[in-house]
Amino acid sequence: MEVYLDNSATTKVRKEVIDKMVDVMENEYGNPSSVHLKGYKAEKILLESRRNVAKLLGCETDEIIFTSGGTESNNFAIRGIAYSMKRLGNHIVTSKIEHPSVLNVMKQLEEEGYDITYLDVDNRGNIDLDELEGAINDKTILISIMAVNNEIGTIEPIEDIAKLKEKAKNAYFHVDGIQAVGKIELDVKSQKIDLLSLSGHKMHGPKGIGAIYIKRGVKIKPILYGGGQEGNLRSGTENMPGIAGLGDACRLIKENIHEYESKLIHLKKRLYDGIKSEISDVHLNGPDIDSGAPQILNVSFLGVRGEVLLHALEEKGIYVSTGSACSSHKNTESHVLKAIGLSHEYIEGAIRFSFSIFNTDEEIDYTIDALKDKVNFLRKYKRR
Amino acid sequence: MDIILIKYGELALKGDNRAFFENKLVKNIKEALKGYDGIKVEKTHGRIYVECDGNVNEVIDKLKKVFGIVGMTVAKKVDLDLDAIYNAAIELMRSYSGKSFKVETRRPNKSFPYESMEISRMIGGKILQNVEDVYVDVHNPDIVLNIEIREKAYLYSGITDGIGGMPLGTNGRAVVLLSGGIDSPVAAWMMMKRGVEIEAVYFHSPPYTQERAKDKVIDLCKKLSEYGQDIYLHVVNFTDFQLAIYDKCPPKMTTIIMRRMMMRIAENIANKYGAKALITGESLGQVASQTIESLYCTNAVTHMPVFRPLIGMDKSEIVEISQKIGTYDISIRPYEDCCTIFVPKHPIIKPDLEEVIEGEKNIDYEKFIDSLAIDQIKIKQDS
Repeated sequence: MEVYLDNSATTKVRKEVIDKMVDVMENEYGNPSSVHLKGYKAEKILLESRRNVAKLLGCETDEIIFTSGGTESNNFAIRGIAYSMKRLGNHIVTSKIEHPSVLNVMKQLEEEGYDITYLDVDNRGNIDLDELEGAINDKTILISIMAVNNEIGTIEPIEDIAKLKEKAKNAYFHVDGIQAVGKIELDVKSQKIDLLSLSGHKMHGPKGIGAIYIKRGVKIKPILYGGGQEGNLRSGTENMPGIAGLGDACRLIKENIHEYESKLIHLKKRLYDGIKSEISDVHLNGPDIDSGAPQILNVSFLGVRGEVLLHALEEKGIYVSTGSACSSHKNTESHVLKAIGLSHEYIEGAIRFSFSIFNTDEEIDYTIDALKDKVNFLRKYKRR
Repeated sequence: MDIILIKYGELALKGDNRAFFENKLVKNIKEALKGYDGIKVEKTHGRIYVECDGNVNEVIDKLKKVFGIVGMTVAKKVDLDLDAIYNAAIELMRSYSGKSFKVETRRPNKSFPYESMEISRMIGGKILQNVEDVYVDVHNPDIVLNIEIREKAYLYSGITDGIGGMPLGTNGRAVVLLSGGIDSPVAAWMMMKRGVEIEAVYFHSPPYTQERAKDKVIDLCKKLSEYGQDIYLHVVNFTDFQLAIYDKCPPKMTTIIMRRMMMRIAENIANKYGAKALITGESLGQVASQTIESLYCTNAVTHMPVFRPLIGMDKSEIVEISQKIGTYDISIRPYEDCCTIFVPKHPIIKPDLEEVIEGEKNIDYEKFIDSLAIDQIKIKQDS
């Protein structure tokens, strides 16, 4: 049996999405900027996709810009705001558990003279709203916080952050929604989000495509210049197969989002309950089982090296990921697990299971059996 | 037409065997250049010539990986015609990076109607007219352009260093224990340089070591194979054996006992495939299993010579070679020590052979060795 439980790394592309993309590559291969009919048809597809993405987020069609993926969306949001708001301030607030595509941009901006505040998180991975409030000042131009943490599944308090943002004179609120979109319900209008990043391949769409929601009126500078596509904000001939695929992936999720969410929660709990009852010395990392994101479960198996367990599970056809790449290379320990205060032993034994709607109860039960087997076996061979 | 004159110093000392070594070198050169059209390799009077039509720089790069070649001189061979000689001289000068030059002519073929000095002067003049940014310096030139007037005219300058050593395949076969680290591929390469063909063995312990670690060893073999041979890599599935050592041997001795088992397995493979020696990347004192006492214990299990070309080298010297031969970047991929679980926290540094033999007595290693699953992967030199 093959059990893919690494859906926060990437997901399987849905058949419907593949068909749509193939059609775009085979038949509707026009350039949406072309004046002729072939171009016009492509433009229609572009518009339809944009509408599907907008619907999922609850925004207007013209507030969606397509990018090459999550990393570009995050880079664009942060750099774009930092540069456009330069005259009004140079202070940005973010958290210590953001994705590298946020943190490494921040590092770069620090070198360029920006002042970055990295908020701590508690042992569940939540930022402290008081700390955020204290950090905001007159020079704050951007607050960038992820909606769902990719390693432990913490859901950050988006509405509360949006409210606190009002205290800053000139700040925008960017949400890295890459692990959240399609998994938990988002509504950028009622949640008062100014910018939001998303990625296609985390929700059964293709790789190499993403989008960013930019609220009307937000002042942002492009990071790519060229032919003026995407309302002059993101030049480059549109990745039409990707865009069509992303649009379809969004549509399919929007139609069923509540059903999907409860299915993911069910799978997560089933696995966690099984682990807890079958295996001793396990520890749930991050949020409580009822409050985290529906698709992410992070558990430490004490006395086992996560990487070895990963490969042991792989022998059984089960695919997961770890909190650290290799114990002999300490610098690869997860910054998220460190930030929530886990000790080395817990980090070393951490495994992230991430689910998709295509996983089944049988797969979960098979995984529990395999885990029981492998963990018990590996625990016999501790370093001594 | 470009001609590459091959120098192979050490072979000249080999007396009666000389023809064998030379023929092997010629064969290896042909093998290295088999992908190129219009190549002719000739052996005359203790010299090997490679004729090639274009691609001379690529050909030289290939020859730089052929063991046994000490130096190479690229010459142009043209008809005895002044214009042809001028053109060749200008072309050669444009390909060099120096500024000052002089021309030196030898004229064994006295039927050519100009004298050496005259020829030098005429060619020098043409170069000055046609090549930008160069000037004549007869005392201390950057470039000495040599002209030889024989049945044809030969033009050349300078010597490109070859890699040295002995032609691969002239000194038998040996099995190298390849770990994926920095040292063992360097050891393998050094023995290849002495003409030894290698056969490689790698110990794979899934799930403690991962597929990517195995790929790394395959890539190392690929790199080594560029030096002139297809390599057979024997991937030994070692997990059960390692777990048995863990279960049945004193913890502080697991590493030394594991090393002894690896040597036994490698010797077995060597016997099976006609190799007469083992090669390891051990360097004296580098880690606990490489002390003189530990080497004594590991050496005791084999009857073959064990070549340890790195034994007296510092890590920095080994790293330098690995960078030069192109294995370093592969070796440092971070998949190596994923079986640290089997390394005892306090390994024995000065093991006593009797005690080690006592320590491994509970393992029926002969049975284990007989039942090992070994995958054989052939790594072709131009894959």
